[in-house]
Amino acid sequence: MNVTKRSYDAVIVGAGGAGLRAALQLAEAGLNIAVLSKVFPTRSHTVAAQGGVAASLGNSDEDHWHWHMYDTVKGSDWLGDQDSIEYMCRMAPEVVYELEHFGMPFTRTEDGRIYQRPFGGHMSNFGEKPVRRACAAADRTGHAMLHTLYQRNVRANTRFFVEWMALDLVRGPEGEVLGVTAIEMETGEVSVFQAKATLFATGGSGRMYYASTNAFINTGDGLGMAARAGLPIQDMEFFQFHPTGVYGAGILITEGVRGEGGILRNKDGERFMERYAPNAKDLASRDVVSRAMATEIKEGRGCGPEKDHLLLDLSHLDPDVIIRRLPGIREISIRFAGADPVREPIPVVPTAHYQMGGIPTLYSGRVVAPKNGDPDAVVPGFYAAGECACASVHGGNRLGCNSLLDLLVFGRSAGDSMIEDIGKMPGALPDLPRDAAEGSLARLDRLESQKDGESVHEVQAAMRRTMQEHCGVFRFPEMLAKGVAEIEAVAERVSRTGIGDHSRVFNTARIEALEVENLIEAAKATMMGAANREESRGAQARADFPERDDTNWLKHSLWYREGNRIDYRPVHLKPLTVETVALKKRVY
Amino acid sequence: MPTMQFKIYRYDPDRDERPRMQDISVEIDAADRKLLDVLVKLKAKDDSIGYRRSCREGVCGSDAMNINGKNGLACLTEVKDLKQPVVLRPLPGLPVIRDLIVDMTQFFKQYHSIRPYLINDEPPPERERLQSPEDREELDGLYECILCACCSTSCPSFWWNPDKYVGPAGLLQAYRFLCDTRDQATSERLDDLDDPYRLFRCHSIMNCVDACPKELNPMAAIGKIKAMMLARTV
Repeated sequence: MNVTKRSYDAVIVGAGGAGLRAALQLAEAGLNIAVLSKVFPTRSHTVAAQGGVAASLGNSDEDHWHWHMYDTVKGSDWLGDQDSIEYMCRMAPEVVYELEHFGMPFTRTEDGRIYQRPFGGHMSNFGEKPVRRACAAADRTGHAMLHTLYQRNVRANTRFFVEWMALDLVRGPEGEVLGVTAIEMETGEVSVFQAKATLFATGGSGRMYYASTNAFINTGDGLGMAARAGLPIQDMEFFQFHPTGVYGAGILITEGVRGEGGILRNKDGERFMERYAPNAKDLASRDVVSRAMATEIKEGRGCGPEKDHLLLDLSHLDPDVIIRRLPGIREISIRFAGADPVREPIPVVPTAHYQMGGIPTLYSGRVVAPKNGDPDAVVPGFYAAGECACASVHGGNRLGCNSLLDLLVFGRSAGDSMIEDIGKMPGALPDLPRDAAEGSLARLDRLESQKDGESVHEVQAAMRRTMQEHCGVFRFPEMLAKGVAEIEAVAERVSRTGIGDHSRVFNTARIEALEVENLIEAAKATMMGAANREESRGAQARADFPERDDTNWLKHSLWYREGNRIDYRPVHLKPLTVETVALKKRVY
Repeated sequence: MPTMQFKIYRYDPDRDERPRMQDISVEIDAADRKLLDVLVKLKAKDDSIGYRRSCREGVCGSDAMNINGKNGLACLTEVKDLKQPVVLRPLPGLPVIRDLIVDMTQFFKQYHSIRPYLINDEPPPERERLQSPEDREELDGLYECILCACCSTSCPSFWWNPDKYVGPAGLLQAYRFLCDTRDQATSERLDDLDDPYRLFRCHSIMNCVDACPKELNPMAAIGKIKAMMLARTV
């Protein structure tokens, strides 16, 4: 196959919040960049975020970035890197104001400022009481943000390659990153994008689970590419499950429903949260509620013929409260659960929502991979931001509204780092290795010539069932051991997938097969990480190791595809300017 | 399990001389509530059926198509309401790349042409620009557009002049910036639209309102632009 070579100062893979924020930085600096996205930018999953973006603006309550930092460290169950967390929380007001200046249609307070609402885990004065910190555009904050960033990129004349899917990283002899290979979906043609700086902003991998709030496109493409290129993936065992996704459909039902008085019930109609969290009950933190729900289902108290979900009951609320304060949720419930919450409970299930782990980076967005005893050795030319990256600001558990913030802060910092590093590389681009596209072409050839291949649809379904059953909210040793074996068997099947469609033109069967090749790497990293980490911290809840173990496990895990092995990296406990948030038991 | 019958527009320029309609059926169950759920099943059966999809909850705008003669999003279309055989065609009026996938270049070109970004050359304040809740409310019903193209591709004026008429989606966004109190380019924006084609090809036939899966009203926004245009001439 003919491979076209294209050269840029920088190439960005992914055009969601992080990719667009980085692209803006580079385009406005006048650099020659290419932004690759497998969907039109406003179709990216950032569009689905609802609640808000966290920043200590103090528009409604007194607030301080240091309090935000404390909450984020505590929320992370101390696994987050405190330098990155300080950086993010300090930068938050600035990046939010910037977004407003770009035209973001934030909801307003009476005095015309950005409207802020309370959100789980965000407190004032180091954990004292809830604070209004989530800056919101109604319940469509992600949509408003993604469109605003895209619009600003239109203004900056950013060069987009829409419906181009990146295939593999290209690395040089010293391991430096020299660009990516990519396929143009409309023509099926393969190109090598050569660049002095390559940023991954490819989003999460939530589609590895059967029940997921994630879009179809969230297939861990960046993780797959990094893993195949020999780079480690960090802390993938920490996968956030949101307690209330619509059963079957996976669409998110916000925590605000329980805030308005909604109650979770099991098949006996029992308000089971009273047994698990006598004080906070249904409003306990996300991981606590999800664990309680998983236990109810496992012990046979789930609802429906399969006893595999629970009910979110709002029927005791004044219908006016539902119609006025939760109109979007009512619409979702009617549309996707066939239940009007005014009369009927909403069937819900803990639903895979967010990947805390990812490609390890520093707060500058530079990707690291331990080398010669340096745990923070930078991979030259390679950057990552957003959900695909692990900076690590979310550690073991992400707070709501910190994800949109992550995209803005680290999209921008990665863009700035790229500008700085490109500035130190005057002159021509380094030569590409002769075999730069060989791995990608071999994968495409394999897919084309596979005889009696397995159905992509079936293999992906097997992966999602395995992850759901063996590596869910609550993790049991025997289930994990079986899960490791099963996911390896699924991986074997992924290497034998076949497609019936061999057209060159917009071949979505081929794209889906390539996506599964990426997703399986993320799934292996998640399953292996969960089986390996013998403690409970944040979203990793081991039945056999119910406590957090700071003596042995206050460290990041790094999964390598080669040999399916795990290594470790220390947590950055030292912030940039303030004192370390000292370890203590996480109680809300 | 009941079987559902489909007639699907198929065209692959790599293989087909001309488009054809494919008859295909699939067994569905109670979990298949939306047309997109069934399309996923159809694709498992015949992986060559081409369509776009992403969020599957009606916020990304990927899976717009012509469903039994009406434009809509597959992910928001109720299976139980569909008359069979379900006839699926690409959005009308745009070139077909393949099957249900259309080339949206012209649609986005029109969107880009209205300068869909805030224009305000004053140095921004240290904090946010202020905007009253009432002024902000003007943006409701406008900013929520998901750029799915259901409206523009149901508009005969856009079919006839896709290169000259901005179309309902682009005009909805034009008004979104015209009525944003933070935007300073009102007069330039109106100048740009003051053209027999760009704005005035709208004949208020309401196809756009009928087609919008987000229940937005491009025609009302176009009417408001026309009113602004008129107001500045008197």
